[in-house]
Amino acid sequence: MYVAVKGGERAIENAHAWLAEERRGDTDIAELSVAQIREQLGLAVNRVMAEGSLYDPDLAALAIKQARGDLIEAIFLVRAYRTTLPRFGASEPIDTGEMGCDRRISATFKDLPGGQVLGPTFDYTHRLLDFKLAAEGEVPSAPVREASGEPVPHVTGFLNREGLIEEAPTEDITPPDLTREPLELPADRALRLQALTRSDEGFTLGMAYSTQRGYARNHAFVGELRIGTVAVEMEIPELGFSIEIGEITVTECETVNQFKGSKTEPPQFTRGYGLVFGQTERKAISMALVDRALRWEELGEDDVGAPAQDAEFVLYHGDNIQATGFLEHIKLPHYVDFQSELELVRKLRREAGAAEMPEAAE
Amino acid sequence: MTPSEDDRRAWMGLLARSPEGRVTRLLEVSGLGSGAKLLRPPEIGSVMVRGRAGGTGAPFNLGEMTVTRCALKLECGTVGHGHVQGRRKGDAKAAALVDALMQTEHAGMVEAGVLEPLRSEEAARRQSRAEKAAATKVDFFTMVRGED
Repeated sequence: MYVAVKGGERAIENAHAWLAEERRGDTDIAELSVAQIREQLGLAVNRVMAEGSLYDPDLAALAIKQARGDLIEAIFLVRAYRTTLPRFGASEPIDTGEMGCDRRISATFKDLPGGQVLGPTFDYTHRLLDFKLAAEGEVPSAPVREASGEPVPHVTGFLNREGLIEEAPTEDITPPDLTREPLELPADRALRLQALTRSDEGFTLGMAYSTQRGYARNHAFVGELRIGTVAVEMEIPELGFSIEIGEITVTECETVNQFKGSKTEPPQFTRGYGLVFGQTERKAISMALVDRALRWEELGEDDVGAPAQDAEFVLYHGDNIQATGFLEHIKLPHYVDFQSELELVRKLRREAGAAEMPEAAE
Repeated sequence: MTPSEDDRRAWMGLLARSPEGRVTRLLEVSGLGSGAKLLRPPEIGSVMVRGRAGGTGAPFNLGEMTVTRCALKLECGTVGHGHVQGRRKGDAKAAALVDALMQTEHAGMVEAGVLEPLRSEEAARRQSRAEKAAATKVDFFTMVRGED
C-alpha cells in the first residue's frame, strides 16, 4: 500500500534559508566573488569542469560558490545546467600536437625536441605550509626566458619510428556519446574514454593505483604529460567551412607500457591515454592507466580478474553524480518501505519464537 | 570586395577567442555598426568537444563547452556570423557585426579598430605564457665521474 505523506514545506524553506546564511558565513568577512574563485581556486574550477563535462570556468566557479566548496555538489549543478543547453554540434577532434604547452614532461626520454618544461607545478615543492599566504602581499612575477617557438612533437612519435610502440592510426568515425545514449556494454574504447574523462578523480585514482600495486599490473611509464591550450574548431553549416570557436586548456597523458606480446600482438610497447579538461594532471595520469588496463581484451592479454580490467565495474561506478544520486537517496523518507520491513522482521521473529516454543516444552 | 575564406576564418577565430567584453568595447569605440537586423538573436548553447585516442587515433567525446552564436544582416544586405566561446550575448552580436563589416568598405576601419588590437593583445598573452614556460625548461648537465 502506498501512503502519500505531505508536510514539511515550512521546514524545507527554512532549511534552505539557513543554508544560504551558512554559505555566506560571517558577514564581517568579505564575500568571495565568482571571479576570485575562478582566478584563485583554478584547480577546483578545473575539476568541476572536467567531471561536470562542461568547459566554462565562470559557471564552474559559480557552482563552487553555490555548493559551499563541495565539489561533487558543484559538479551536479554543472551537469544539471548542461542539460538545459541546446547543442550546436560537435567539434573537429582537437589537435594536441599543436598545443601551446605550459608544461610538458617525459619520464622516458631525458632529451627530446621541445625539452622538458615544468610549468606551474607542485612537483619539487616541499609540501610545507606557507604561512606567508595567510598574510596579504604582492606576488613576485614569474621569471621569463626567451621562447624558442620550436615545435613540441608527441613523444610516442619517436618510438613509432622504430616500430617499437603500438600505433594510433587516425580514423574518422562518429564516436558514441553517453550523454545521448545510455552507457551499455560492451563499451568500445571511445565510449570508455568518454566515461573515464568525466569520472570521479578519486575513484579513477584508486583504480589506477590498484594496477600499480599488482591488480592487472601493466608497468606504466609516463611517456609524456602535457598541459596547455588547444584550439577548438567546428564546421559551421551556414558558412560551409570550419572556424575556431574557442580555445581550451587540457591535460594529456600518454603512458608507455611494457608488453611481452600476445597471441595477436608482437612484443612492443603499448599505450594508455588520458585527456581531461583543464590542468588536471592526477586525473589524466589515472585515466591513462585505467584506459590501458581496460584494453586487455583487444591486446589479447589474460583477464586476471582485477577490478581495473572489469569495464562494467569501472564504468558503472566511476560517475560521482550517478553514485551520489543513488547513495544519497537512501536518506530521503522511506517511511512506508521501512514500515513493511519492520512488519516482516516482527513476523519472522514471531515465527522463530513459535518454532522454538515446542522444543522448550519438551 | 570578397574576403578570402582563410581571412574570414582567421578573424572569426580571433573574435571567438577574445576575452569577455573586449570586442564589444572595441566596436563601440570605433563607432561603427549600427542598424543591423538580427537574423538569429544571440543564443547560448554547447558544442561537444572531441579528442582522439592516443592523440592521433579514433575520435571520442571529451565533454562540452559553452558557445554563444548570433547572425545578423546589415542594411546593405551583408550577412555576418558570430561565434564566441562562453556565455556572452553582447560579444556574439559584436562578433557578428565585425564579421559583416569586414565584408564591406568599412573593412579597413574595423581591421584597425577591432581586429588589430585583439590580435596584438592575444599575441602578447601567448608570448607571456610561452616565456614563463621557457623559464621552467630543464637544462640537464651531466656530472663527470672520472677515474683520475
